[in-house]
Amino acid sequence: MRNTTKFGLSAALALTVSATAAFAENIKIAFIDPLSGPFATTGTQGLAEYNFAAENLVNAEGGVLGGRNFEIVSFDNKMSGKESLVQLQVAIDQGIHFIVQGNSSGIAHALTDAIKKHNKRNPDSRVLFLNYAAVDPALTNDKCNFWHFRFDANADIKMDALTDVMAEDPSLKKVYLIGQDYSFGKAVAAAAVSNLEAKRPDVEIVGNELHPIGKVKDFTPYARKIVASGADAVITGNWGSDMVGLGKAIVEAGFKGPIYTYYAASNGITRTIGAAGIGTINVVQEGAYNPPASDRAAAYVEAFEAKYPDHDISQARIANVIEMLARAIEEAGSADDMVAIANALESMEHDSIWGGKLFMRPQDHQLIQNVHVAEHTDEGIRFKLDNSPYGLLTKNTVEMAGMDSATTCKMKRP
Amino acid sequence: MDLILVNVIDGLVYGLLLFMLSAGLTLIFSMMGVLNFAHASFYMLGAYFAYQISLYLGFWVGLLIAPIVVGVMGAGVERYGLRRVHKYGHVPELIFTFGLALLIEELVQFLWGNNQMAYFEPEVLKFALFSVGDNAVAAYKIFMIFVSMGIFLALLYVLTRTRVGMVIQAALSYPHTVEALGHNVPMVFMGVFGVGTALAGLAGVIAGPMLGTFPGMAIMLGSIVFVTIVIGGLGSLWGALVASLLIGWMTTFAAASSFQFADILLAIGMERPDDMSESYIRDLWTMTLPQIGPILPYILMVLILVIRPHGLFGKRDA
Repeated sequence: MRNTTKFGLSAALALTVSATAAFAENIKIAFIDPLSGPFATTGTQGLAEYNFAAENLVNAEGGVLGGRNFEIVSFDNKMSGKESLVQLQVAIDQGIHFIVQGNSSGIAHALTDAIKKHNKRNPDSRVLFLNYAAVDPALTNDKCNFWHFRFDANADIKMDALTDVMAEDPSLKKVYLIGQDYSFGKAVAAAAVSNLEAKRPDVEIVGNELHPIGKVKDFTPYARKIVASGADAVITGNWGSDMVGLGKAIVEAGFKGPIYTYYAASNGITRTIGAAGIGTINVVQEGAYNPPASDRAAAYVEAFEAKYPDHDISQARIANVIEMLARAIEEAGSADDMVAIANALESMEHDSIWGGKLFMRPQDHQLIQNVHVAEHTDEGIRFKLDNSPYGLLTKNTVEMAGMDSATTCKMKRP
Repeated sequence: MDLILVNVIDGLVYGLLLFMLSAGLTLIFSMMGVLNFAHASFYMLGAYFAYQISLYLGFWVGLLIAPIVVGVMGAGVERYGLRRVHKYGHVPELIFTFGLALLIEELVQFLWGNNQMAYFEPEVLKFALFSVGDNAVAAYKIFMIFVSMGIFLALLYVLTRTRVGMVIQAALSYPHTVEALGHNVPMVFMGVFGVGTALAGLAGVIAGPMLGTFPGMAIMLGSIVFVTIVIGGLGSLWGALVASLLIGWMTTFAAASSFQFADILLAIGMERPDDMSESYIRDLWTMTLPQIGPILPYILMVLILVIRPHGLFGKRDA
């Protein structure tokens, strides 16, 4: 009796195992970002872009390795480092090898440390960390490791491009720096100070301030200080609700000069700032939408907006992550051998859907790409944001920004 | 000097907004002994309803209707939810309101999504009323001040000068006696709960355009409202007003200051260490007042609980 049960059980088990093996198994990608709380907007937007990129750039093209599809599995990290590590473990336990995360460099630091340790201790179940938005320079400098790849231009590269534009403005005399109080906000402020000193030593920095991240209810007092300081321009790395609140408060307080930002677009920010942002808001970014780089890029954005009318393509690099990962898996000939895939990603050159070349710099795993400075306007905009009449128009482009930038990374390869 | 004046105005706007939220909460607490965790969620509902109505009928209709809808919902929650749970004691009531808060947040995300809504102030109020120095003061802020002051005066009048107010005050302390005198006390409770949530809804309607209408707005104000009523004294309308203004000005001035703690350390004769990582108090050297501004109300609450546990104007222990 007991033997028959045992036999039945093992037979059933064997059947299920062979059944899953018979179908081409999906290649799962764990998306660990905030899907609830004050920064949920940014997270859900990224998730939509990942789902769309996987579907259109890989699955619709026949998948990788002869028909295996990409599948995005989402994990809500509630914007907490601790929760992210829990979710990372859950993802690893589910047999997922690819981790994408981007919101908050603080969390990226926690993840990259944990992944480094995990890969050292568990050579059989290694994972790759594809960082698509956490831009603290340290992640590809002192804290770099072989398993981490950054697809966004880091804060230094972006600030270099921003200050190039600012330096051309002869009326610029006083600049106010404000950002969120964590590693990224501090990195932006440090980069702004050093770049301005080098390019425009005559410009005075009249304020350099950090505010608690995600905690400020009303930015009016900060805006008052900025106006009272007599600043001609503001630089901020704020994102999510912190950017909406700050941008709105500054404009309402009567500030007339330009605001140079990293993330003041989409997620309701463009719509909220509206007409007041024309001639004021400038955004440094790695994607260029208006004018679109190619018919392929335009068709991609159009198809996305048709499928997700409430979202925008605001993080162009997500398409790059998916395309480059698919290529690396093909080149490695395996979706399980992380060392081979990482080696394929390293020094990969790729033609971006957004125009221009992409180059994964092998010494620090920083993707080198064109960086653009765009302005918030309603003229010449083909792809609008937030279902508003406004969008971002590319003003300046720095080709292969930061190609020769120094890095302190001493990469240890397995 | 100019900066101080605009900060006074900004702090007043924020303080009065807090007052509209805390007034309802403190009334509900003093009547039923229920800490309504879902109070800030009604504030959020007010903003979302007003946004939805304003799409079709404009801002002003939303300002009138949304608080009423929220109030009716609040009364319904009291009548069909809280009243049933009441007989099981306070803990189930707390858990009920806590669950309600989560439910409302999920519902809002489900219906409206995660993005910030395009809910703006009406065109007629979209201009800078006056400027102090270079700083512009929006007409909408002055409008907010007038609305909240009006609400405070109306509440004060109803509670102290009318028959309804007398019944409410009596029901606060001696519900059984009031019931024996022939008043419908459960009805009074339901009314107070409805009006309290309607006030929260109204706060949402007018705060939505200024602070943003997004699913996180309830959490952002949720805890600070409790701090306000604890500082002011549970059940006291004046306490709620004073505490709200205190917190409003405190956080505004803290955020607007550029005070550094390093100045104190230098003043007491300490030297700035060359290598910060070696210093035991390196955080103090780099800390500024705006950075710790958001926790000041909580520090004040702890102090109040230590020195005067029943709050500034309260009559019983918190």
